[in-house]
Amino acid sequence: MLEQYGFIGILAIIAFAFPFIGLAVAWLLRPKRPNPLKNSIYECGVETIGETWVQFRAQYYLFALIFVIFDIEAIFLFPFAVAFNQLTLFAVFEAILFVLILAVGLIYVWRKGALEWQ
Amino acid sequence: MDWSQIDLRMVGALWNQAWQNAGITPPLLTVINWVVAAVVLLLVGLNMVIGLIWLERKIAARIQDRLGPNRVGPFGLLQTVADALKLLTKEDITPTEADRITYNLAPALAVFHVLMTLAVIPFADGVIGADLNVGVLYIVAFGSMGSMAALMAGWASNNKYALVGGFRVVAQLLSYEIPLVFAMMIPVLVAGTMRMNGLAQAQGQFGGLGWYVWVMPCAFFIFLAATLAEGERAPFDLLEAESEIVAGFNIEYSGMKFAWFFLAFFLNSWVLSAIGTTLFLGGWQGPFVDRIPALGVVYFFAKTMVMFWVLAWIRATFPRLRIDQMMDFCWKFLVPLALVLLVGTAILLKLGLPSPFDGLALLVWNLVLLIGGFWLLGKAQHRAVYASKRAFTPQLPRL
Repeated sequence: MLEQYGFIGILAIIAFAFPFIGLAVAWLLRPKRPNPLKNSIYECGVETIGETWVQFRAQYYLFALIFVIFDIEAIFLFPFAVAFNQLTLFAVFEAILFVLILAVGLIYVWRKGALEWQ
Repeated sequence: MDWSQIDLRMVGALWNQAWQNAGITPPLLTVINWVVAAVVLLLVGLNMVIGLIWLERKIAARIQDRLGPNRVGPFGLLQTVADALKLLTKEDITPTEADRITYNLAPALAVFHVLMTLAVIPFADGVIGADLNVGVLYIVAFGSMGSMAALMAGWASNNKYALVGGFRVVAQLLSYEIPLVFAMMIPVLVAGTMRMNGLAQAQGQFGGLGWYVWVMPCAFFIFLAATLAEGERAPFDLLEAESEIVAGFNIEYSGMKFAWFFLAFFLNSWVLSAIGTTLFLGGWQGPFVDRIPALGVVYFFAKTMVMFWVLAWIRATFPRLRIDQMMDFCWKFLVPLALVLLVGTAILLKLGLPSPFDGLALLVWNLVLLIGGFWLLGKAQHRAVYASKRAFTPQLPRL
């Protein structure tokens, strides 16, 4: 069972090395004639104004927070889904209660207007 | 001739025998097998992309009444090869202000995460890189790395368009991961396993009618919609909307680095349709597959191509959504629908109905949800359109 992860490990090494091999081949073949104008940022020919690395808008954090909650819920529900056939009715209703609590959270977020994109 | 002997496992047995005759024994042989399997998987994936790009361009051309690529090679088949060679020899331009390490790492990461997902896709019964007991979770884990690669590219380019693209990646890919995960959880719930091969095996009943797409059309619809968004395809291609932000997160990339993003995009679409095939379309199941296991590969690729064709069809047909519509569709429609579907499926399966009737009950439940969901969506849409119209037209005096 555990030795399957040996294959995953080898695939990970090859899959990670592969793009760099491609880049190395391209490095050998491609022309290298940089100049300041070419290496400037492409913004439709207009010079960029001000700082690019600005702060994220708070909206994205809101969605990220909701995402984290639901993703963790999904991680908790996967073992439930796998063991579903052996579970008693009581355990199933407990899992459903767990989903419902998060559904209430979704309704709360919705009513609060956090899902509206501004 | 005994047809059951035509099996990919027989090739494997002969292969192992040949190495053992040469005096190489299991610990080393296993490692050699792993390396060969990994390289084969990689080559299958990469060669697939060459065909897929040609296929998608041809489909889009047919739908939009164009010819598509038709100059290089027969039917333009070699057009992608020519494009790849061109990109290989193109100059690589790195903006001077870019964050170099992140900038160079992003395309590699984009390719890496898609290639890793190939490991758990069952091409036929037992023909799978590693049949992990957490296969579905593994796919979800590596799938979420895609948003990281795109955000890295958008952030490191030091370009405002790229940054907007990166922001949209975060919003879109994270949001649509929730319905995708829930839609993938429902087959796991019914089959009781997270093994990809086990999921394909579980759909072998009733001669094709046991495929989960027939039993659970609503779950398949959620999966398809989330797939379109996760694959960054129209109508959800906001993160590379050409008319708004030029090319999105990969705007500054050129040459081979751009080629890696391109490859990752197409391979991701194919991997997502392969996952959909395994979870909902019966994987390698098909007529006579129990007698001739090698047919499974044919069925698997045929189904995957059908699903990819549907994705290409949608891409060539639908206009792009606005970002608020896209977020609303996810959080106010797909996520509640998926939650209700999950709870209902769990209750229905615990009722303990005999074999064909639990499937029928699931089908009825799915259809009720699908039709009811769309009815509610239509009503909400109608209300929204009506409200915006009322805001702009002056109130007429009543007669």
